[in-house]
Amino acid sequence: MKRLGVLLVATLLSLGALPVGAQEGGGAFQNRTNLPPPTEVTAKDTPFDGGSNITVTWQPAEGAIGYRIERAPEGGDFEAVEAVGADETSFEDGDVQNGVPYRYRVMALGEAGEESGSGVIFGVVSRPQWFNGDLFGVAIAVLLFASVVVWYIQRARRGEELFIRRIAGLEAVDEAVGRATEMGKSVLYIPGTGQISEMGTVASLNILGEIAKKTAEYGTPINVPNRDPVVYTVAREVVKGAYTAAGRPDAFQPDSVHFVVQNALAYAAAVNGIMVREKPATNFLMGPFHAESLILAETGASTGAIQIAGTDQVPQLPFFIVACDYTLMGEELYAASAYLSREPLMLGALKGEDAGKLVFLLFLVVGTLLSVLFGIDAGWILSTG
Amino acid sequence: MRDKLPLALLIILGLFGLTDRFLPHPIAEGFNQYLRDTLLRIISAFALILGLGNLILRHTKKIQKKEEHWQHSWVLLLSFLVASIIGVFGGVNGELWFPTQVGSFHFDITTIYNKVLIPLGATMFSLLAFFMASAAYRAFRARNWLAVLLLGSAFLVMLGQVPLGARIWSGIPEISQWIMEVPNTAAKRGIELGITLGILATLLKILAGIERSWLGSGR
Repeated sequence: MKRLGVLLVATLLSLGALPVGAQEGGGAFQNRTNLPPPTEVTAKDTPFDGGSNITVTWQPAEGAIGYRIERAPEGGDFEAVEAVGADETSFEDGDVQNGVPYRYRVMALGEAGEESGSGVIFGVVSRPQWFNGDLFGVAIAVLLFASVVVWYIQRARRGEELFIRRIAGLEAVDEAVGRATEMGKSVLYIPGTGQISEMGTVASLNILGEIAKKTAEYGTPINVPNRDPVVYTVAREVVKGAYTAAGRPDAFQPDSVHFVVQNALAYAAAVNGIMVREKPATNFLMGPFHAESLILAETGASTGAIQIAGTDQVPQLPFFIVACDYTLMGEELYAASAYLSREPLMLGALKGEDAGKLVFLLFLVVGTLLSVLFGIDAGWILSTG
Repeated sequence: MRDKLPLALLIILGLFGLTDRFLPHPIAEGFNQYLRDTLLRIISAFALILGLGNLILRHTKKIQKKEEHWQHSWVLLLSFLVASIIGVFGGVNGELWFPTQVGSFHFDITTIYNKVLIPLGATMFSLLAFFMASAAYRAFRARNWLAVLLLGSAFLVMLGQVPLGARIWSGIPEISQWIMEVPNTAAKRGIELGITLGILATLLKILAGIERSWLGSGR
């Protein structure tokens, strides 16, 4: 509302009090009042952005009730770009063309309608940048983390034995598939309700590959209903590949991996139907889930199936914890395929991930101590601008 | 070659995805946008054809072999056929040549969506309330001290959200708020940090060609 008022005042001033004595070429404009102009005015290309943006800054003028930012192309007349309140000291002009030089000035607006203009800033050009320097800290952190992971992969490549922490939910996978085999029932694998562009879905498909190898070895039928058609096509290839790798390509049933429906709740209804009618002995719920997570997990629990769930969707974790026998929490979902495959290189990457986490944890502890004990803000390390 | 070409494509395009946030230049942003919006949509459209083909074949086979609950497959196939005819030949709002109205009774795709699909979805969603009650019953049984802690904090949080809590003692809403903002947020952030690093490590494994399950090569 205040901004609207200032804008109205600025418009009236522009119409009624035309800039008597307005100067170009660096001279400050001032009408017949004592209102001082804004000082230390700068206009620069906004750093670390995709271009088409110029940042104007100034120091406040005493007695001003607002400011009007004016822009002009080379050789053109000044036009008001925006009017802002008295407490503002900067403005981002996002309506400029890259590579075109502009002139800027800032007008201080007085209570009685008077105005006082700053000197003109010449030749301001906006250009797009290739690297977002605001994320420099993040880029370094990513590189550091990647180096730690690569170092551990190299150690694994050299044949070093690496200790991997125990994950109860993944240790139970063999038992869960074995149970289905003993009972002569199927294994139901739900690869989440996300899309292929979500990393949780990719992690789930990697786990599916390992579990499908086990079902192929044990001769246990697997049922993989899919919500997303792209995930369906990939999941089908993954299961087929797993059966081939396990030496049982003949045992692969093309219908075992199937597309159901794209609507999430309709998908939940269809999968609930499979759970209730076919009563699989083991249910795996791995990947991104949303509101339907509890509907699926509770129905599975009611059928007496052993359930192992894992998701990277934090709000769904409590539902899985209460309704499933084992739950992979967050990053355990990403660790699962390495843990199950026991491939040295994958384990090396997993070990590197843990070490990287330790490094971040140390940063957090040091940053917290600096902040709590000495009042030093260490947030700039990972500043996102 | 079967593995190498997809892997090479993934490494090139994956690196673009990884550097997306770091490259604000319009050329880089435009390319990423093109990959996400245009290319993925084209792939999705083809995959949808494969998915629907699989759905129809699977249920046709069920009917042919008279497998268990084969009657359900008739419901699916007929619904699919009717909805497809209405949608393709009747248009979204019944604007095409196929009649989607008998007197005041409309059966165009928008009406079917609003009057059938949404209420059915809402019915499924409303089941959540009952599932929550049964899940909460199991979770809140005070079997050990951790469960007692969970029960106590859940009770306080719930009490703090309703006017009764403040009527009993004005401090209950504050305690409830504190539980949500401090220990709950701390735990959530810890898990989220792990997820972020897990995503990054998975991405590195895929880009380095260590993780190949998704290729269907069985490795």
